[in-house]
Amino acid sequence: MSRGRLAFWWLLVLPLVLLALWGLWDDAILFLKTFLNGLTLASLYFIVASGFTLVFGLMRNVNLAHGSLFLVGAYVGWIIGDQTGSWLLAVLAGFIASAVLGVVIQVVVFRRMQGEDLRQTLVTIGLSIVLADLMLWYFGGEIYTFDPPAWIYGTMSLPIIEKFPTYRIIVLLIAIVIGFLLWGLLNGTRIGMMIRAGVDDRAMLSASGVNVQRIFALTFALGAGLAGLAGVVGGTALSISPGEDTRYLLASLVVVIVGGMGSVPGAAIGALLIGLAEQFGQAYAPTYSVVFTFVIMIIALAFRPRGVLGNAT
Amino acid sequence: MSAAHWRRAMNTAAPGVRVSVSKQTPASSTHAVPRSTHYTAAATYQASGWWSRLWAPVHLRHWLVMAAVLLYPLVASPFFTYQIGAQSLALGLIALSLTFLGGYGGMVSLSQMTVAGLSSYLIAIFGTSSLQTISLGWPWWLACVFAVLISVVFATAIGWLSVRTEGIHTIMITLAIGVAFFYLTQQNYVLFNGFQGFSKLGAPTIGEVDFTDPVAFYFLALGCALCGYWAIKYVVRAPFGLALQGIRDNPRRMNSLGFNVTAHRLAAHAFAGLLASVGGILLVWYNNRISPGSINTGALINILVIAVLGGMKHPIGAFIGSLTFVLLQNFAIDLVDRQRFNLVIGSVFLLIVFFSPDGLLGLWQKFRARWLISSATTAPGSRRS
Repeated sequence: MSRGRLAFWWLLVLPLVLLALWGLWDDAILFLKTFLNGLTLASLYFIVASGFTLVFGLMRNVNLAHGSLFLVGAYVGWIIGDQTGSWLLAVLAGFIASAVLGVVIQVVVFRRMQGEDLRQTLVTIGLSIVLADLMLWYFGGEIYTFDPPAWIYGTMSLPIIEKFPTYRIIVLLIAIVIGFLLWGLLNGTRIGMMIRAGVDDRAMLSASGVNVQRIFALTFALGAGLAGLAGVVGGTALSISPGEDTRYLLASLVVVIVGGMGSVPGAAIGALLIGLAEQFGQAYAPTYSVVFTFVIMIIALAFRPRGVLGNAT
Repeated sequence: MSAAHWRRAMNTAAPGVRVSVSKQTPASSTHAVPRSTHYTAAATYQASGWWSRLWAPVHLRHWLVMAAVLLYPLVASPFFTYQIGAQSLALGLIALSLTFLGGYGGMVSLSQMTVAGLSSYLIAIFGTSSLQTISLGWPWWLACVFAVLISVVFATAIGWLSVRTEGIHTIMITLAIGVAFFYLTQQNYVLFNGFQGFSKLGAPTIGEVDFTDPVAFYFLALGCALCGYWAIKYVVRAPFGLALQGIRDNPRRMNSLGFNVTAHRLAAHAFAGLLASVGGILLVWYNNRISPGSINTGALINILVIAVLGGMKHPIGAFIGSLTFVLLQNFAIDLVDRQRFNLVIGSVFLLIVFFSPDGLLGLWQKFRARWLISSATTAPGSRRS
């Protein structure tokens, strides 16, 4: 990094550091609480967006039904949780339901339209319209919430800010665990090796005797399943209602645009930026909180059109 | 990789206009560069005088459609004139801007409804509305001029952001911009009056004519739609339009030929923004109100649905799509529950995208080609030309 670039980054980072110091000095509890809430939101965004970016990175498939997968997982998880009374089973059910639906979408839609970007996008948009309306039909417009098990319910005491909901810390931990698991899967296993090879050169991977279609289906299931899992985890932290699908789809879009398409660490950075920006925006400038997200996207696009960690093409 | 696929997908969307040019001047087929095609065509035109040049592209079907849309309000009830006719024309104009960007520029932008929505909001802010505190109360024409101007600047800014990207990225970025604007209007009360939005934004009375009257408004919408349609037809044959189509097909080659790819794309966004903002003004006069609900994700996607439903190969597709969409919207209640409109339109959209990527126009062309082949046994390849 040249000296000019370094100076430029300082110009960008320094005001933020100063603002943070001012926030700490002004009201430390509010600042730290907002910071933790931002981390929680970033964790949710990361779980949703990592699946999105994984699918995009390997298959160049833009799945605009990703938000619907999130909502499907959440609703199925809610039914299972309601029937069995077990939150862990609900999480598992959310993962499996979305993964199965994801594989169906992959086989029925994407495998038929390999390389036709625009058509894939249009079909997934159509799918998300239909799925959203079917879910609205069946589940109605009510707001659903989950009951987390007793051991992660309630508040825990932390230094300075005293009380903070335990569950939000758990969400953060879940995201970190998922992040490391993904990292381990991609870098430490044979399947991960194949996925990474597929990201770099699909044709060569196929030529070396790997069943690429199976890898595609597996990755799609994993990405979709992560969305479903996030549905239950996020539904517990916040709530589930119609319209959440577009919200999380938009979040995933912005996160991967900022972080770089197809990069899991990029998704983590993007999610962190967007989640923190949204929460700080809501706490300090409620009217314009969306504008912060937008400004981050513009800055990222203006200086790194392929995202913070995006590679060329 | 994706850019190449994108271009291939867009290559097939060759508009019919170029076909007629090359038919009249067979010699131009030897030229690879669109620009020279244009000059050759222009030379032929000049030889035949300006009057015949003006009427050369007008065929019988144009006269038929023209007569139909002019006579329509005489036979139709006010409901059909206003709810179906005028709404289709206003929505069609917004979809037309997307057809221009997507079909001729190769840039599918989801934020056209956002541009239209901004111009609707600006009409409310500059003109008169139910909210005296925000509306400035300017005369309608001044409000219109400023609404269009600012919206075009906004569209150009969106273009500036999105032309840095290609294909699928463009869709995602414009979608993100559109949804961000939706949330901004929903949260901002100082300028956009939040969730409520504005009401009492009916069309003005100009001279003796009260444009809130269904027939008068229909003709206003028709006039704007026709202007938009002919503007597109003209622009895609002008040097700028030909260069734009060249850029759609192969940006790298056009760049090395000395065309400024980014500038052409930006100009296309500005032009599409002009059409969309006029459509937005019509839509706000039609609805009599504007609120964030008019520009939410569903509304953004509806414009894409309309454009794709009709087919992006030809500007008329936007209006065919909007007519189908509005008819479905109004009469799907008879088939299913009113609440399930999204299910109907989503399913129709899915079917169209699955079986006819060129929309209803593509379906019609397929039908015509099959019919022609079976009756006249022409060569199968001739359909393409």
